[in-house]
Amino acid sequence: MDNSIWMVAAFYLLSAVIIVSALLVVFLKNIVHSVLWLAVCFIALAGLFLTLDADFLAAVQVLVYAGAVCIMVVFGIMLIQRGDMGKTNLFNSQTGVAAGVVALVLVVSGYLSAATHWVGTAAPVPHKTVEHIATLLLSKYVIPFEVAALLLLVALVGAIILAKEVKAKC
Amino acid sequence: MLTLSVGLTQYMVLSAILFGIGLFGVLSKKNAIAVLICIELMLNAVNINLLAFNKFVTPTQFIGQIFAIFVITVAAAEVGVGLAIIIAIYRNKLSVNLDEFDWLKW
Amino acid sequence: MVDFAMQHAWLVPLLPALAFVVIVFLTKPWQKLSALVAVAGIVGAFVFAALAAYGVFTHPEFTEGSLVYGVRWLSMPGLHINVGIMLDPTSAMMIFMVSLVSSLIFIYATGYMKGDPGFSVFFSYVSLFAASMLLLVLSSNLLEMFVGWELVGLCSYLLIGFYTHKISAREAAKKAFVTCRIADFGLLLGMLSLQIVFGTLDLPELAQKIAHFHQYTSAGVLTLIAVLVFLGPIGKSGQFPLHVWLPDAMEGPTPVSALIHAATMVVAGVYLVGRMLFLFSEIPSAMELVAITGAFTALFAATIAITQREIKRILAYSTVSQLGYMMLALGVGSLSASMFHMWTHAFFKALMFMGAGSVLTALHHKADVWEMGGLVKKMPITAWTFVVGGLAIAGIPPFAGFWSKDEILATALNSHHYVLFAMGAFTAFLTAFYMWRLIFLAFFGEENPANHPVESPWNMTVPLIILAALATVGGWVGTPWDNVWSQWIFFGEVEHAAPNYGVMIGSVILALAGIYLAYQLYYVDREKVKAKALAERYHGIYTLLFNKYYIDEIYLWFNHAIVDGSAKLFYLFDIYVVDGIIVNGLGAFTRLSGEGLRITETGRLQNYALVFFLGVLIIAVALAFSSPSAAGLLLGGVK
Repeated sequence: MDNSIWMVAAFYLLSAVIIVSALLVVFLKNIVHSVLWLAVCFIALAGLFLTLDADFLAAVQVLVYAGAVCIMVVFGIMLIQRGDMGKTNLFNSQTGVAAGVVALVLVVSGYLSAATHWVGTAAPVPHKTVEHIATLLLSKYVIPFEVAALLLLVALVGAIILAKEVKAKC
Repeated sequence: MLTLSVGLTQYMVLSAILFGIGLFGVLSKKNAIAVLICIELMLNAVNINLLAFNKFVTPTQFIGQIFAIFVITVAAAEVGVGLAIIIAIYRNKLSVNLDEFDWLKW
Repeated sequence: MVDFAMQHAWLVPLLPALAFVVIVFLTKPWQKLSALVAVAGIVGAFVFAALAAYGVFTHPEFTEGSLVYGVRWLSMPGLHINVGIMLDPTSAMMIFMVSLVSSLIFIYATGYMKGDPGFSVFFSYVSLFAASMLLLVLSSNLLEMFVGWELVGLCSYLLIGFYTHKISAREAAKKAFVTCRIADFGLLLGMLSLQIVFGTLDLPELAQKIAHFHQYTSAGVLTLIAVLVFLGPIGKSGQFPLHVWLPDAMEGPTPVSALIHAATMVVAGVYLVGRMLFLFSEIPSAMELVAITGAFTALFAATIAITQREIKRILAYSTVSQLGYMMLALGVGSLSASMFHMWTHAFFKALMFMGAGSVLTALHHKADVWEMGGLVKKMPITAWTFVVGGLAIAGIPPFAGFWSKDEILATALNSHHYVLFAMGAFTAFLTAFYMWRLIFLAFFGEENPANHPVESPWNMTVPLIILAALATVGGWVGTPWDNVWSQWIFFGEVEHAAPNYGVMIGSVILALAGIYLAYQLYYVDREKVKAKALAERYHGIYTLLFNKYYIDEIYLWFNHAIVDGSAKLFYLFDIYVVDGIIVNGLGAFTRLSGEGLRITETGRLQNYALVFFLGVLIIAVALAFSSPSAAGLLLGGVK
């Protein structure tokens, strides 16, 4: 089933969507458009996660990224950006150098990915991913889980304090 | 004709491309929020890798998936705090153009 | 009591040292009390010294051995230093002579220094001076002796520069100190070599070991050591070419001059060579060096003395000349003759210096002998005691100088040093001439109406009279017919030279000739026409002598040309190389590199991120494409 034609087609299709939408995120001049294409990218990624037998993660991806993060970013833009939205997402002066470095990163990591011989297993991922993840998270990984929860709380409080209006009398 | 099989290598190349796009955005965009978005792209590239490894290397242990959950958690927190910082900066400077910020220089 | 004094001879240097401490810490505000303490200290030392000397000279076994006792001072692996007392006829004679002359000088100084604001300080210094000299004399260890040696140097510095308000005094003090320091450096090197080669600095032990020095080292090394050790006495005893400080030492108060020239400092060098004669006598060439240095210095200083005009300066060159005699005697191997001359010289030179001091006090420190004259009428005691000193130094029998000088000349002749003998004999003639020139000019002839001299008080004249008596009879212990002296103080074999009447008569004739010449030139010829004509006729030589052979100028030139020149060179090196290239260069490099690197610090986050990723890239490539060890090296051990 894994290497069925549909699987392969789904991978390449999703990959194309992801890459194109990511490029649009970077190259569009309007920041709102960028965020929209970001949402597209995230949803495509969720689909890609499905091909990787990670259905829980796919759901989380849609919920957290496509939903929460994108909305939050749009709210941020709304709070900040005024005036002409057509020139809100421009390149800076070191773009050329950055492109060079990125090209090098791509070459190196692509070469390494292709050249490395991976020792894989043919075993399939169990179907009930949610149950397994839940069991593991609340048993073996309970401490990281709690720490992550704490992190979210701290981030929540921190974000509120940082973004809070500064009182004039202070 | 391509051998129509999708393995670890394909996922990793995809991940590398997405990472590169995100990196390019981080290094070359003026808008702070755009940089934040591009960081999300990079994090997602990492997630692809984690899930691919989970599927092709250790399918039964769910390490990759659990790690990806944590990444998503941290990313969400990061976006929240990052946006808060950007808003705070904007309130001071009335700008989110990173070219105007050279506060790291003494 | 005698035994006690002998067993506790360390009290001899201790008493004046104690006086020094008491004056400095307790009695300094009360001048008379301070003087009393100082005089009590030195007289007490003299009493002890006299008792100890009596003990030594009544025990015949001391002609062969010596009384040595001491304690361990410091001890570490390979180095053991004892401090102790070495009492033998030589040191007994020395402590007796030093403490006696010092006592008289101290008493004299109570008169001479009267009214000086630094009265108490002066007495504390001279007490320390005497204590140092007595310590030096009694030392049984070379290092201990060196301590005394350096203390003497320090005290001379303090006392020569006693009148700190006078620039010339300060300069003279510095000159004395620096000159002696140059010499002491040689002595120190010699001592270190002795310690390294023979493993000890104890004089008796050293004497035994050096007698068999072939077991330890070669003759060449020993010669080097001897020459190094001899450098110290050259400086301290004012031998050519390091004599330059001695005439300038006149800047100090006159009692100090007397102390330095007669009893303490300058004879230290001669005494050291005498003590170390066991070293020099092993090396014939070293003995020749000592003898030639001595003879040359004697002649050299005497020629300078005949043209000088300042009374104390004439006496100073006379001292240099007489010290040359002593060195000559040591060089030809006669400790006996050398010590004998030191003994007599101490009396008559102290006498003449204190007489000169008396004259200077009376004339309000007008020092030029040409401006004196006829002082005998107003200052009879000073004048006639000075005449006694003049007779003694000129070598007229039966005064003390005759016997000792005669013995030196006879020894030089007996040891077949004919050239040195001739130099010594000619020096004897010159000595008589310049000393009597001084006497005729200063004390006889017409009075200078500008002067109103009065005789000095009793505490200055009484020491003069005592010293005059000693300068008369002091030599009788060593007459050639019954030479008690050389039975006690000798090196090697007892010398039994028969009286050499030829030398005796010859030296008396030379002395009388010198005196007669001075009489003709400076007494009979009232207007000094002939003397001036002579000076005119031999103008070149006269100027050369009057300017002391330009030795000071040569040193000065040397200083300017070599020392200052090289200093200037080093200064330029310092300015342009050390400061310019190294110090400022480093600073400039740091600043410029900082300026350069500043550009990279844009303060912009994305720049930093870019560089950061470049670094990540390099590390990844290095890890992936190099051998594990090289990658580990690149990453600083990260694997």
